[in-house]
Amino acid sequence: MRTGRKKTILVCCGTGCLANNSYHIYMKLKNLTAEAGIDAEVKPIIKSTGCNGFCEKGPIVKIIPDDISYYRVKLQDADEIFEKSVLRDEVIDRLLYKDMSTGNRVKSQKDNEFYRKQMKLALRNIGEVDPANIDDYLERDGYKAFRKVFFEMTPQEVIKEIEKSGLRGRGGAGFPTGLKWKQCASYDSFPKYVVCNGDEGDPGAFMDRSIMEGDPNTVIEGMLICGYAIGANHGFIYIRDEYSLAIKNISVAIDAAKKRGFLGENILGSGIDFDLQIVRGGGAFVCGESTALMSSIEGKVGEPRAKYIRSVEKGLWGQPTILNNVETWANIPLIIIKGGEWFSSIGTKNSTGTKVFSLVGKVKNTGLVEVPMGITLKELIYEIGGGVIGNKKFKAVQSGGPSGGCIPESLLDMQVDFDTLKESGSMMGSGGMIVMDERTCMVEVAKYYVNFLSEESCGKCTPCREGLKRMLEILNDICKGHGQPGDIEMLEEICDTLSETALCGLGKTAPNPVISTIRHFRNEYEAHIFDKKCPAGICKELTKYFIDRDLCTGCGLCKRNCPANAISGNAKSAHTLDLEKCIKCGNCKDTCRFGAVKVE
Amino acid sequence: MHKYPKEQRYTLAILQDIQREYGYISKESMEKLSVYLDIPLSRLYSMATFYKALSLQPKGQNIIKVCDGTACHIRSSVTIIEEIEKLLHIKPGETTMDGLFSIETVNCLGSCAIAPVMVINETYHGKVTPILLREILKGYGGTIDEDR
Repeated sequence: MRTGRKKTILVCCGTGCLANNSYHIYMKLKNLTAEAGIDAEVKPIIKSTGCNGFCEKGPIVKIIPDDISYYRVKLQDADEIFEKSVLRDEVIDRLLYKDMSTGNRVKSQKDNEFYRKQMKLALRNIGEVDPANIDDYLERDGYKAFRKVFFEMTPQEVIKEIEKSGLRGRGGAGFPTGLKWKQCASYDSFPKYVVCNGDEGDPGAFMDRSIMEGDPNTVIEGMLICGYAIGANHGFIYIRDEYSLAIKNISVAIDAAKKRGFLGENILGSGIDFDLQIVRGGGAFVCGESTALMSSIEGKVGEPRAKYIRSVEKGLWGQPTILNNVETWANIPLIIIKGGEWFSSIGTKNSTGTKVFSLVGKVKNTGLVEVPMGITLKELIYEIGGGVIGNKKFKAVQSGGPSGGCIPESLLDMQVDFDTLKESGSMMGSGGMIVMDERTCMVEVAKYYVNFLSEESCGKCTPCREGLKRMLEILNDICKGHGQPGDIEMLEEICDTLSETALCGLGKTAPNPVISTIRHFRNEYEAHIFDKKCPAGICKELTKYFIDRDLCTGCGLCKRNCPANAISGNAKSAHTLDLEKCIKCGNCKDTCRFGAVKVE
Repeated sequence: MHKYPKEQRYTLAILQDIQREYGYISKESMEKLSVYLDIPLSRLYSMATFYKALSLQPKGQNIIKVCDGTACHIRSSVTIIEEIEKLLHIKPGETTMDGLFSIETVNCLGSCAIAPVMVINETYHGKVTPILLREILKGYGGTIDEDR
């Protein structure tokens, strides 16, 4: 029966889990608790939390202090969880994580292979606190750094501490945060502004969303500390339009902080004012670029400007402005509490601390992971990520968003930090890691990114507006089988011009996906151009599937999975594929367990 | 509109409120806003065409956003888009004749772990397959053309 210990049940309500019904599980557990009428002092607390990162296995329910983590929980499991693990101390075996290498069930999140190698700093509170409840944050040392800064430190001391930590901007470019603050503080022009860049536009990256949704208070605290350090009284949080939950949770947190006197006028009697406003983005990728973002906050079209004068001197409305990324802000309170020296002892010499990556694509354990800088790609993809789905062959990992590059298998032992990634022809970007397997066509990937960038190019400068268009035309031709000798060289030439002459970071780095795929996968380009073949079987015009009659066992799996009814054949005899009906989705190839579906 | 001060920096916020309220930005509303904020109509037009969240045409009752971020893309989001096109006879950016559905493609919804992802209004649907897609659309009262 009940042991008398007070339990807390944490139900993950991040976007990934919500899509799998976690809110209903949360409500059900809440109702069960209310109905059970347990004595007030031992009544379990049911909390909805932000994203735990392991979205692949969601919805996730955790029980504290028993340290039980349940995965892929369904609504119908709620009664059993309540009966056995909340009212009693039993563990439901089937809902525990199954270790992929040993097959054992794992009770604690800490022992789970996905979490074992992680080190949660920026994500320290996510999944542990209810983002709507400021007391949860306060309980975990929240707003402690802010008090220390406001009442015990001078602005110079704060900046020194951040400099000592070696923290570099997590938005992608990796500019030293302390230096940025120091420069901004040195200008004697007021008002100054503090901006949070929450316009997370890189496809395949969602760490900022997760932080804003799951631990909004840490962003507010980080900005507040910066406001004090540089002498700013106003801050703006620019959030991407698509992130409605993040907008909601941040505004709830701002209101709560105002009520407690952490924001507003004369904060806790210190005589200092600081207020924060949310600006909702308009759905334009280029607005993630700092100067375009500022222009968007001012109520204009989000076009970047040339950065002869940096934003720290003349930013928002021509005034000194500090703009940092969400993840950078999340690290600030921790650095103040634990010290810059402690932070700089983590990671590598020039890239200190941790980085959050979103490990996605064709990898078994997809989700958000936070690891110390300097971890190798192999550890990230194989030990945390569990390797490629369906045990297919790894081809490449793409990092750094649309302007990043593809890293081939031969470089998997590479350390992940700002500088080594750049040397390999990719970049850190915001931390998206997209794993690609043998069924990913690298020419098509390059085309995808160029298409993305040409749509998102603001059109202000010619190299980017026209260069990307021409590159897209050439890549489209190659994928359709109209590629010509000389196309690769032409692409390389346009890439050179673009990176030399474009106005902003978006244009300068736009050639990266093309350059890196040509460098590492030139053979695939040549197969498309000269043999008119797509080795991965993705470019539809160049792909014909057929079933190898010698290998086909007639199991019928492909037939059942074909959305076009293009496969016929009797059980236990070889099947045939009707090319007239085939829509070339590749489902048959992906599902066949005998390798009988082949690309011609 | 009048809940915002007459400052240029609120332009985007006001336009978004109009979009949410009416489903699009009409010429009349832009003219009114131009007077209110004392901003040339041409500048508002350039805002309305620059930002993807704003639309000059009315949108359908249910807005389907199919994610075509990288993670969804390599997990066959293109096939999902093609299937919707076949079932509803509209292309991304268009609205069905009965005004029930609009389709848009978006660049990453940040739910890559459950790729391919589709959002209808504010509800997320993960790991969408052609078969699941039909059920979801029926749930929103879609008349689906099965006769392909």
